[in-house]
Amino acid sequence: MHLGMLLEMAADGLADRIALGPRVGGLTFAELAHRARRIGAALQTLPGDRVGLIDLNSPAVALTLFGSAIAGKPFVPINYRLADEQLRAIVTRTAPATVVVGAGVAERLGEIDGIHLITRDELLAIGADPEAKEADGWGGDAEDIAVLLFTSGTTGEPKAAVLRHRNLTEYVITTVEFAGSAEDEVAIVSVPPYHIAGVSAACSSTYSGRRIVQLESFEPRAWVDLVRAEAVTHAMVVPTMLGRILDVIEADGQGLPSLRSISYGGGPMPLPVIERAVTMLPHVGFVNAYGLTETSSTIAVLGPDDHQAAISSDDPEVRARLGSVGRPLPSLEVSIRDAAGVEVPTGEHGEIWVRGGQVSGEYLGIGRIENDGWFPTRDEGHLDAGGYLYVHGRLDDVIVRGGENMSPGEIEAVLIDHPAVEEAAVVGIPHRDWGEQVVAAVVVTGDVTEEELQRHVRAKLRSSRTPEHIQFRTELPFNENGKLLRRVLRTELEQAFA
Amino acid sequence: MSTLVKPGTRYKSTVCDTEVIIVKPSSGPIDLRCGGQPVVEVGAEVPAGLTLDPAFSGGTPLGKRFADPESGLELLATKGGAGSLSIGEVPLPLKDAKPLPSSD
Repeated sequence: MHLGMLLEMAADGLADRIALGPRVGGLTFAELAHRARRIGAALQTLPGDRVGLIDLNSPAVALTLFGSAIAGKPFVPINYRLADEQLRAIVTRTAPATVVVGAGVAERLGEIDGIHLITRDELLAIGADPEAKEADGWGGDAEDIAVLLFTSGTTGEPKAAVLRHRNLTEYVITTVEFAGSAEDEVAIVSVPPYHIAGVSAACSSTYSGRRIVQLESFEPRAWVDLVRAEAVTHAMVVPTMLGRILDVIEADGQGLPSLRSISYGGGPMPLPVIERAVTMLPHVGFVNAYGLTETSSTIAVLGPDDHQAAISSDDPEVRARLGSVGRPLPSLEVSIRDAAGVEVPTGEHGEIWVRGGQVSGEYLGIGRIENDGWFPTRDEGHLDAGGYLYVHGRLDDVIVRGGENMSPGEIEAVLIDHPAVEEAAVVGIPHRDWGEQVVAAVVVTGDVTEEELQRHVRAKLRSSRTPEHIQFRTELPFNENGKLLRRVLRTELEQAFA
Repeated sequence: MSTLVKPGTRYKSTVCDTEVIIVKPSSGPIDLRCGGQPVVEVGAEVPAGLTLDPAFSGGTPLGKRFADPESGLELLATKGGAGSLSIGEVPLPLKDAKPLPSSD
């Protein structure tokens, strides 16, 4: 299966439905396919083996994704927020390629060997030209590379995750019903094009027949305005977005009446934020989605019914599920394993391993680790007796204090549980006797002392897990996708306390 | 005629517009038909003179997934058509898929 197939099916079965853009004047699925085929034909003749994109959200994102697929070349969306030097380094690794650029990007890149630039407007003009040649067919086969996504590199040098056509299409056809969206459904896309959620939104919405409206980049007021103006029904947000959206609607009191579903993911969502969201938007169904770039997006979901059941339950185990990422998708397998790769009993912590058609687990120039199809995610987690998956953070972030392993996520959850704490992050910094010591950074809303927070943690966890120092800050360092920059924080806390 | 199908292989009906793609292969050779006539691989020549068997004219809707519990075969209709799918003379059932909450 191939991304070209998804587009052709939508163009065939949902020709006159609006695919992309405003209710009036947006592109239909038939027109989207015509334009993607024209861009596909142009990309076949443009230089390079790959097609990059360095731009904000616009219709050019979906058109370049599908156009590249039809041209038989991998699509490589690149983070435009990177510093010039890093951006040039990543683009150099993408060569030979044609790169679609937004305003101001060409000047930042300068001349790079093997890189041919085309502006967003030039690309859109090719798509809109009825005289332009259209490419035939899907563009290749299932084993071809569909997308290369550079991981955020919060723990090291960015790697390019390889997603093949079969990975992405398997994800789409097993999780989305073809033409399954009602005609009035509209999704807002505000995650950047280089995020896996941006790629999966384009694929899933096309297949389900759901219209997409885009924000160039996320800004809470603009997000709320667009949701109201276009009667948006579905949204995907990363944790840092949701709180800011709630602030806007709380201030203006207008609510979000058209909205039916908010899915969130891309990092741990603080419980107080989701509880506030459920209270403020009682008509909205909440979905917690857990996934990785390397798994073509979502591998586990906590659906609206799970949220409701957890919030209304007296059973502590059921209530705790609000902090889980739900159950693994039926189309794949999840296993929790120890450091030796052996499955651990239910309830015990270990590394999350996953296997299924959507799982790539492959990096450019590195290949994939062959474990009979299993991909070790480097995320720590556990499964409860009901099959609910809990994610405790990256294994690489585990703190080792005097031989005892502890996950920052567990300590962070306890800190956030304190009514005065809004955000919390825990890292290990070097210690002369213990190897590492536990330190924390918090953003608080009320009056609270370091000693009080230490008592709070000690009461719930053993004392070795109690942060030896707690720094009070106005904000934590997050990247634009809501991912905590642990390396940055660790360096800062090391300077303050080590 | 028996066919051994591989994932990703595309077949078309010889008597209507239906086209399918194999999602999961069958455990062994099977006789996949549409409109009562054996399907052919997309790109292959369509034998002349075949007609749609009225007993298999219920239609194949675009975008539906089908699964044969017996052989493990799973496929997706990439084009709809007037004929319906069968393994030999046994109609191929729709795959029973529970809808998942939208996460994208």
